[in-house]
Amino acid sequence: MSKTLLDKVWEAHTVRKLPNGATQLLIGTHLIHEVTSPQAFGMLRDLGLKVLYPQRTFATVDHIVPTDEREEPFSDPLADEMIKALRANCDEFNIKFFDLPTGAQGIVHIVGPEQGITQPGTTIACGDSHTSTHGAFGAIAFGIGTSQVRDVLATQTMALHKPKVRRVNVDGKLAPGVYAKDVILHIIRKLGVNGGIGYAYEYGGSTFDNFTQEERMTVCNMSIEGGARVGYVNPDDTTFDYLKGRPYAPKAEEWDAAVARWRSFASDPDATYDDVVNFRAEDIGPTITWGINPGQAIFIDENVPTPAELPEKDRATAEEALVHMNLAPGKPIKGTKVDVAFLGSCTNGRLSDLTEVARFVKGRKVKDGVKAIVVPGSQGVSQIAEKMGLAEIFRDAGFEWRGAGCSMCLGMNPDKLVGHQLCASSSNRNFKGRQGSPTGRTVLMSPIMVAAAALTGEITDAREVFDIK
Amino acid sequence: MALEKITQVTGRGVYVPGEDIDTDRIIPARFMKCITFDGLGEFAFYDERKAADGSLKPHPLNEERYVGAKFLLSGSNFGCGSSREHAPQALYRYGFRAVIAESFAEIFFGNSITLGMPCAVMAHDDIQALAGLIESDPAILITLDLLEGKVTAADMDFPATLPPHAKEALVQGKWDAIADLLESVDEIKNVAGNLAYFKAA
Repeated sequence: MSKTLLDKVWEAHTVRKLPNGATQLLIGTHLIHEVTSPQAFGMLRDLGLKVLYPQRTFATVDHIVPTDEREEPFSDPLADEMIKALRANCDEFNIKFFDLPTGAQGIVHIVGPEQGITQPGTTIACGDSHTSTHGAFGAIAFGIGTSQVRDVLATQTMALHKPKVRRVNVDGKLAPGVYAKDVILHIIRKLGVNGGIGYAYEYGGSTFDNFTQEERMTVCNMSIEGGARVGYVNPDDTTFDYLKGRPYAPKAEEWDAAVARWRSFASDPDATYDDVVNFRAEDIGPTITWGINPGQAIFIDENVPTPAELPEKDRATAEEALVHMNLAPGKPIKGTKVDVAFLGSCTNGRLSDLTEVARFVKGRKVKDGVKAIVVPGSQGVSQIAEKMGLAEIFRDAGFEWRGAGCSMCLGMNPDKLVGHQLCASSSNRNFKGRQGSPTGRTVLMSPIMVAAAALTGEITDAREVFDIK
Repeated sequence: MALEKITQVTGRGVYVPGEDIDTDRIIPARFMKCITFDGLGEFAFYDERKAADGSLKPHPLNEERYVGAKFLLSGSNFGCGSSREHAPQALYRYGFRAVIAESFAEIFFGNSITLGMPCAVMAHDDIQALAGLIESDPAILITLDLLEGKVTAADMDFPATLPPHAKEALVQGKWDAIADLLESVDEIKNVAGNLAYFKAA
């Protein structure tokens, strides 16, 4: 019988059926960070348990790390306590920690791929919902809670239910100025923020075939914003080329066997899916959010919707969103004043994001009064970007060039919105209060659109600002 | 580890209306700067309940008549967004023992079951009817019966369901999976031994 990648990976990692019908699934790679792991280590100690496979857990520090004043102790004593706790836990349980002084620290979903730890045909778990990012490599990757972090530490397994699989096809060629971020925002807009509940999203079609590995990561990253806990792309030469030579990738003598194995995990051509949806790349424009969840999105040249034109079930949330965002229904979103521009996050803080934006901002200036920050996703990204001269381009243009971390994606470090500030953001969530101010406003968009907002001081069409045709 | 067999939850309720209530709203990220879950209860829905100056905003959880509620009622896709277990931990520590909604985000759902806090799905109209009963008499006792798959309040009852695995886990007292998972270390090692990337490590 023909199988999907999910079927094959699930089968290879099934330990047994549990009495309640759940599957005990082996988790090949466990990634941890400072926010959702300390309680799990506490539970291990309370239960007198050890880490079963310490060599299969990898740690980094990202959420609470300041991106400017990085000397320790951190000025925030709570943040300082958290990094120290992670260090102590990794020491005690013999876990590899990509700590600040290693030069390899960064956002967990950027570090895993960059180190070659993220590999096709594997299962991955991390106490962070954006773990779906790793699916870009043909891995099945789950965001989990802290009790499950404990489960994985103690047993290298979790109790899970096999999701259904929805094949999401995007075919055709994206128009100039339209990026992977627009593709996933469009998918979420069309399928809904809860459309993926119970499903894994398998992304495919010619648009995905032609995407770079980093573009695939951007899409898989936001699967959870569409309700799908898991999202993946079948592994191919693009995936293998990306992995080759990375520190944890198989070495030369094992390489060919690894590639053959990885390739075998891809969904069979005649695999059947629980659901199939199709999109045309040509139908997708630069997409931005106007509301308080990632599904409340429009093309840059559309008007903010009026609640009356929306399905009845969406109206109350739309009303709430319009009040929070202080946007006028039925009016263009273009021209809305921007206070902060944030380029970074596990969605769009990779080298290709920075390279692409730098190409356009070179020689131009951030608008007076706009606070614009560029936060590389990892120290690795930062080092290469600096060598390539990208940091200089951004600094010359008036952007602040920061150290690696989650930064303004969420309010757990000093990078926060203040009051009602509006942020043009390349991150993944526009929930109320997400960027650290309960009344702050987030507009999600692609990195190039963030750059256009930074330069003009308003929400605008990057294709016009940068003459992209 | 013998866990309580959770077959019924009885208590008063509070209705917090809204669709897609995300875990950032349930517990804002700044309160996750902690290395234990202790004390999270007081921060449940913090920014919805309190203004920047600390004054109270209109919110059901700020109303005296709903203090002590064990049931939280809400709309669809409850608990979406971040995987933070801090969210169900905050609700549990606030005093909730069950959540009723039209649907739940998956990670939140799993995290809640692991704490022994049932998340039951009810139809939109039934939630509205139940919310109406609570509104007219906040002292009304609600019972969620997991075995029967229903919620009763006053003389009304409504279908209220959980997926079979979650229901079984709760009623069998197996809602925290760790004991089951630990039973099969030999099988775990067998499966791991067949995977090339485990051998390489």
